Amino acid sequence: MYAISKFINISQNVVCENGKTIFHNQEDNFAAFMKNVYKSLNISYPKFYKMDDLCKLAFIASELLLQNETENDIALLFSNNEASLDTDLKHQQSIQNPEDYYPSPAVFVYTLPNITIGEVSIRHQLKSESAFFVAEKYQTDYLHKYAEYLLKTNKAQKVLCGWIHFLNGDYKADFYLVEKMGILEHSKEHINDITK
Amino acid sequence: MAVFIHDTNIISPLGFSTDDNFQKILLGTSAIEKVFINDKIGSVYAGKINDELFSNHFQSINADFKGSRIEKLLIAALSPIVEKNPLKKDSVFILSTTKGNIAALANDDLSGAFIDKLVQNINSYFGFETDPIVVSNACTSGVVAISLAKRFIEMEQFTNAYVVAVDELTPFVVSGFQSFQAMSSEPCKPYDADRTGVNLGEAAVAVYVSNENRTESIQILGDANINDANHISGPSRTGEGLFLSIERAINEAQITSDQIDCISAHGTATLFNDEMEAVAFNRLSLQNVPTNSLKGYFGHTLGASGLLETVITIESLKNNVLIPSFGYQQQGTTQQINIITKKEQKSLKTALKTASGFGGSNSAMILVKNSENVRN
Repeated sequence: MYAISKFINISQNVVCENGKTIFHNQEDNFAAFMKNVYKSLNISYPKFYKMDDLCKLAFIASELLLQNETENDIALLFSNNEASLDTDLKHQQSIQNPEDYYPSPAVFVYTLPNITIGEVSIRHQLKSESAFFVAEKYQTDYLHKYAEYLLKTNKAQKVLCGWIHFLNGDYKADFYLVEKMGILEHSKEHINDITK
Repeated sequence: MAVFIHDTNIISPLGFSTDDNFQKILLGTSAIEKVFINDKIGSVYAGKINDELFSNHFQSINADFKGSRIEKLLIAALSPIVEKNPLKKDSVFILSTTKGNIAALANDDLSGAFIDKLVQNINSYFGFETDPIVVSNACTSGVVAISLAKRFIEMEQFTNAYVVAVDELTPFVVSGFQSFQAMSSEPCKPYDADRTGVNLGEAAVAVYVSNENRTESIQILGDANINDANHISGPSRTGEGLFLSIERAINEAQITSDQIDCISAHGTATLFNDEMEAVAFNRLSLQNVPTNSLKGYFGHTLGASGLLETVITIESLKNNVLIPSFGYQQQGTTQQINIITKKEQKSLKTALKTASGFGGSNSAMILVKNSENVRN
């Protein structure tokens, strides 16, 4: 039996921890929202400002779950529907017009959805198992089973699962940490509640 | 539970079947040539599937299908596999891709660029009854996809999986790699002293994976996918993630590094990647194991590369032949590794496949031939 030790939901200017609001943003703008949450965390991590919006969202959600964490063998299973399309659109715009051609490595590097895993792994020094999945909606059945497989086979000591949606200003993050002990049973019902 | 790879298929510029591709490689043929991308980019050295030849080939599979080029590539790769291994109720489609139908963005077609839409279309084309799994983990995706097939079969979620990997050569990726100054202005030379970077390529590859032990099947004995936690666009100088991935794969396989007969490495021909791999292989005492990169034959096919190179490595095992690392002349890494320079018949049983990519991702997998040694 495994448990969910903590979960974070971010959407519509609100950050919730274990279902309770912990941060409410006054400005209706994603960039300002993320910056305000970042400042409230009292950390100094200048790389945050270089990240694209998908990575910022993954970074903040993971930070809220892992800020007091000492375990390093935490697998990351991230997923979403649009992969990195928000940044893909920016790169496409930079090459669309031959008269105005300005592809940039600082943008192009974020045209892969698993860069979110890279950013979180670097921040928390997680030399661990990971995979980025693309699906229509959160694949509860598969990810429930896969998280438990990684724990049972000792391929990871904990598993951080996260749905990260960011496209054209629209956003949502649903993250939860799976380990031996916690506040909720690691069941499909609880996962469906957290990711609905 | 033991998990095996059975039938395979490759659609690449070198041919439209695994056998076509393998025969071309045995003859020392490379797909890399000057390819015109567009007016702005001009021509670059790359591997590109000839549209006319492919279109003729596709006619023989389905003359009526009207879909995108990438859908046709996927259908062409998977059709012969499904024909030989009819779908079961619990069959699953696992797709590896970094960019899917990213070409749609150039035509202002945002909805056409969703990977999920692509995978749903292919899932229903073949009639899979389960939800597909899509992995997009940069250049390790192809190896991670087989790793996931093995693991989901071990967890008894499925008894069999159709793993398919695809990426196209598009102005989108070429312009990006150019902005990184990662592209070679000549045919690429993995591990060579004069290597100057990547050639890009494209391919669609399919394999059938199941828990059945058939004759001529290849067992997946161990696998791991460990992040460097070091840099988002450059490899760790110590090769830490690759080192840990290989170490864990070897441990799971319950073999020792001296039992590995050959390595199909990542070898993109960038200075840093190849150097990092040499460091990791030395840390594991794998420096004397015959090693190749297949990028000199196909270019870097991104999300397809891990699966493409696994299939060629399987052929290498089955045919007991070491494949030369195309483009290599003289040692170009500070630590020595044993790069294969000529084709050689040799009794082969166990291979290591590795891949590394952006986001700090690394993957390693141990493949073994010979069903007598199946371990459950």
